[in-house]
Amino acid sequence: MEAPIRAREALGFILFSLLFSICRSSSLNHLLISNAERRIDLSSHIVKVFLTLKVENAGSTPTSEVLLSFPPTQADHLATVEALVTKGKRKKTTLVHLDVKPTELPDAPNDAKYFTIYLANPLKSGESTTIEVLYLLTHSQEPFPAEIAQSESQLVYYRDSALILSPYHIKQQATFVKTPSTKVESFTRVEPSNRAGTEIKYGPYEDHPPYSFSPILIHFENNSPFAVVEELVREVEISHWGNLQVTEQYTLVHAGARHKGVFSRVDYQSRPTLNGASSLRYLLARLPPRVHSVYYRDEIGNISSSHLRTDSRKSELEIEPRYPLFGGWKATFVIGYGLPLQDFLFETSDDRRYLNFTFGCPLLETVVDKLTVKVVLPEGSKDPSAVVPFPVEQHLETKYSYLDVVGRTVVVMEKKNLVPAHNSHFQVYYTFKSIFMLAEPLMLASAFFLFFVACVAYLHIDLSIRK
Amino acid sequence: MAAPEASTAAVPTLYTNNTLRNAFGGVLSFFILLLIGVLAFSIRLFSVIKYESVIHEFDPYFNYRVTQFLTKKGIYEFWNWFDDRTWYPLGRVIGGTVYPGLTLTAGTIWWLLNSLNIPLSVETVCVFTAPIFSAFASWATYLLTKEVKGAGAGLTSAVLLAMVPSYISRSVAGSYDNEAVAIFALIFTFYLYLKTLNTGSLFYATLNSLAYFYMVCSWGGYTFIINLIPMHVLLCIVTGRYSSRLYIAYAPLVVLGTLLAALVPVVGFNAVMTSEHFASFLVFIIIHVVAFVYYIKGILSPKMFKVAVTLVVTVGLAVCCAVIAVLIALVASSPTKGWSGRSLSLLDPTYASKYIPIIASVSEHQPPTWPSYFMDINVLAFLVPAGIIACFLPLSDASSFVVLYIATSVYFSGVMVRLMLVLAPAACITSGIALSEAFDVLTGSIKFQLPGVTSNAEVDAGETSSDTSEAQTDEVKAEKPDDTSKNRPLKKSKKKERELAENPPAKATAKAKAKAKAEKKRLLALPLEASVISLLLLVVLGAFYVVHSVWAAAEAYSAPSIVLTTRSHDGLHVFDDFREAYAWLSHNTDVNDKVASWWDYGYQTTAMANRTVIVDNNTWNNTHIATVGTAMSSPERAAWEIFHSLDVKYVLVVFGGLIGYPSDDINKFLWMVRIGGGVFPHIKEPDYLRDGQYRIDSQATPTMLNCLMYKLSYYRFVETDGKAYDRVRRTEIGKKYFKLTHFEEVFTTHHWMVRIYKLKPLKNRIRGKAKKSKLKTSSTSSSKRSGTKKKNPWQ
Repeated sequence: MEAPIRAREALGFILFSLLFSICRSSSLNHLLISNAERRIDLSSHIVKVFLTLKVENAGSTPTSEVLLSFPPTQADHLATVEALVTKGKRKKTTLVHLDVKPTELPDAPNDAKYFTIYLANPLKSGESTTIEVLYLLTHSQEPFPAEIAQSESQLVYYRDSALILSPYHIKQQATFVKTPSTKVESFTRVEPSNRAGTEIKYGPYEDHPPYSFSPILIHFENNSPFAVVEELVREVEISHWGNLQVTEQYTLVHAGARHKGVFSRVDYQSRPTLNGASSLRYLLARLPPRVHSVYYRDEIGNISSSHLRTDSRKSELEIEPRYPLFGGWKATFVIGYGLPLQDFLFETSDDRRYLNFTFGCPLLETVVDKLTVKVVLPEGSKDPSAVVPFPVEQHLETKYSYLDVVGRTVVVMEKKNLVPAHNSHFQVYYTFKSIFMLAEPLMLASAFFLFFVACVAYLHIDLSIRK
Repeated sequence: MAAPEASTAAVPTLYTNNTLRNAFGGVLSFFILLLIGVLAFSIRLFSVIKYESVIHEFDPYFNYRVTQFLTKKGIYEFWNWFDDRTWYPLGRVIGGTVYPGLTLTAGTIWWLLNSLNIPLSVETVCVFTAPIFSAFASWATYLLTKEVKGAGAGLTSAVLLAMVPSYISRSVAGSYDNEAVAIFALIFTFYLYLKTLNTGSLFYATLNSLAYFYMVCSWGGYTFIINLIPMHVLLCIVTGRYSSRLYIAYAPLVVLGTLLAALVPVVGFNAVMTSEHFASFLVFIIIHVVAFVYYIKGILSPKMFKVAVTLVVTVGLAVCCAVIAVLIALVASSPTKGWSGRSLSLLDPTYASKYIPIIASVSEHQPPTWPSYFMDINVLAFLVPAGIIACFLPLSDASSFVVLYIATSVYFSGVMVRLMLVLAPAACITSGIALSEAFDVLTGSIKFQLPGVTSNAEVDAGETSSDTSEAQTDEVKAEKPDDTSKNRPLKKSKKKERELAENPPAKATAKAKAKAKAEKKRLLALPLEASVISLLLLVVLGAFYVVHSVWAAAEAYSAPSIVLTTRSHDGLHVFDDFREAYAWLSHNTDVNDKVASWWDYGYQTTAMANRTVIVDNNTWNNTHIATVGTAMSSPERAAWEIFHSLDVKYVLVVFGGLIGYPSDDINKFLWMVRIGGGVFPHIKEPDYLRDGQYRIDSQATPTMLNCLMYKLSYYRFVETDGKAYDRVRRTEIGKKYFKLTHFEEVFTTHHWMVRIYKLKPLKNRIRGKAKKSKLKTSSTSSSKRSGTKKKNPWQ
């Protein structure tokens, strides 16, 4: 019923975008893409797209900026965009990261969003280079049916375009979509397209003008649990006595097809693969090595179902929520651990200290909708500044902890829509005099001293009126 | 400890020697007390070490929730708190129905810590409140026993109390219940009463009223105090021990204490209206009459006094009879004779089981068995009689109080197992006295037998202190009533002792008495071997007590009961099903959904899952509980009607059949039938019993096999092992294959311990039938509904 309508819509859209692109392609026509290959990996709920572009400068002036464009619906779900370029020849190839920055163009068609890749060396007229682009999309697989019973498996829609949306003319392109299983209910055919095993191939398509668009819809089975952390607050507390305390508060939700009706434990226990195939049973957190005093609890106490495996290079914490998470079910919990300070705190040459720690969420294959990282500096530290490899919102707070008088400075960083690829290091620089470490012990000692003095005085003073 | 100083002050060399000894003894006993406090605190941490820092059981969850509310919203909001998340649709006025002592204490501690920037969570403070207060309680025991028999007995009692299993059972870390602070308040109130009685100081009398106020805030057991103290006063008057000190100890307590007690919302006018408090007023009148008589006696000549007595007695008797008749008529006119159900069951142990199944259904309201005495107070049970004898040698005001305390508390503990807790301090005090006296005698005779150490000056510290305390009480007794007015209360008892010592005749008598005592001791000395062996035996007895207490603290009383563990060959296995279910409810149901369960799980559901419940552990409305009981014992359709009328969305049952957890709902089910049948007579207990036996196997009655509780517990249970073998009842269940029509299973925990069902919505009318005869079906359905309405007791 639906397919012809959709096809018609798609056709309309193509025509529309074609018209549009003809009007405005003049300004960017000095670049063209001679060959483009796109691989879309749908095996987990985070969509990974590898785009290989062979860019050719057909204009007369050298340029170092290459534009990537995304439809607005995709741009909202875009977690990261990375661009790499290979250097060297044959075996000595090395990958070089290129700067990618979001760009606003004044006359973008249909609110398309742009990213600009800055090439290391300007592309001279007539030259060509190959750019590898990797971008990740979150919340891009829509469960359909939206509600499933325990014994049903989870089917999702993925929407994209068969043609790569680009402000440039693309001479030749192909798209490969990898689905998690061979079970594909339907997919939009844009000839030539075919399916083999877990792969659907669109293309090759020849000579498409800028802003070509051909919507496709793939309906397939994806039973990987859609683990989404709605909110994560990570608090990293530095103690110069040698400990780094990390506390992470999670609000976890299974963002897949909503669970409907009965949950039967007997079915779940006897045939786990058939009943509750998409349920979220456990999560794996990758923690730094030499982690100690790990705890996993929620607001009503310890959760006993967790395992910690440590070796010299990494620690793995396997946690099970109190109950298996079906679609739409939520759970909240806290993970906390201590780390030796010398692994993460360093001194710069100009007598400042800096913390070097990972930014993102340690859980594997998990999307974080909103992350707040709080770095609690020791009491008495001054002029903090944070260096994060991607844009974040920052502000300062003050926190009062054990016996604080002036309070501790807290550097708060917030970011939305994170994927495991964001687990890169960030630095917080600050100055701190070691003498402040003694403030609290001295305070306690003097308080006790005064108490004893008061006691002695009280015992030696006769306050009675009558002698 | 300062007393020996007074008795030997005459000789300067001995004086300095003894001050040193005293200072040393003071420091030593201070450190011993400190260690006792540490012991009392740390023996209660087994639950945290073996399990986790978590609130235990049922009532503590309610207290925890109230404390959270208090710390979040403040004291005024707390007083006015109307809780709409429980007893739906009635709600509960928390501020007016809760003893606020515990929550206010923990809230204050939390506030204090947080204002010092020590960011402990409310939960942590609540978990550790009980151990902290048991340390306080053992110090209070020291003070109390010191008033009775001196510091040696005080230390012994304190160490016994620090680890008495009965008290440990109610005050392990996490057991955040009223008793945790109330026992401290109880002992401290008694201590201040005895202190006032010994000193006659109005300062301590005022403190006593405040301590009593704290006790009233903390626990309903305050009625024990307000009945025991009048009893003791009466005893003193009857045995001719009336003194102005007694008057000062009692009269301010009644006046101030009652006024203060009436300030607590949950008590309010009960402080003057209910029979529990009448004894104190009666004794209040009597003590005034007696005081008046003593006063008149002092004024008049003996002959005139006799005439006056005869006159007053005849008139007084007539008036008294009239007053008593009126009182009896008033009390008899009220249905419960002015006594609350729990108190009545104290006087008549069979009362509750006869009339109030809801009281009888609680295990801690049952009378205890003999093994539970041995479990809870262990060797103290044997030492108590010895302690009572020691209290009579000689009998002072304070020691008579201890005797009375132990006698009454033994009776009450025999009525209700929960009141074992009141017995424990009394047992510790008397046993402490017994042990200390025994050590006294034995070490004394060893010293006497051993050559070279029989110097009169070097009497054992405990001995002298006990001697002098006796001497002191004798001496105080010797003083005339007008003498006590001179002997004004001072801030420090030490000074008072010094003053007493400066009083030459008193000192002389004291000295003479001490000497006489020493002479007597010499005559009573035991042979060396016998005393050494007895000493060793006593130490072994003490060691046995310590071992038992530590075992009880570690194994018997530390389980939080929301987490269960078993040890099997492949290590520790944890059953955390309760919290699994509560966490599920809290995260995956709407915040305003109502959850029905048996009342045991009410507090936990509101505290851990934050969902509205129909009934909870505060069993104030019997009808409401009976409604839930009726629903659980009704067939599915009728139960659905009842729950639907109560707006219930989920029904929670606890089922232990899969893993063998014995205190599940099927085992509690007969109480549901009884309580339900008590209000709604169509539920009859015999319908659920086959030949008087409660069973769920194929011999069970059809009513049993069709009731909601059976169905919700065993729904699809047969699919686990194919036989449906119930591990608690050790039998295969009667009805294995059945379907639910009005309920659907929405969650079952990992070990099946908690099963949650959702009420299915009303069914849509079937299209075909409706088309055929719209009028007919609607009329029949409405008549059906009205028919079921009659069955539904709730509507």
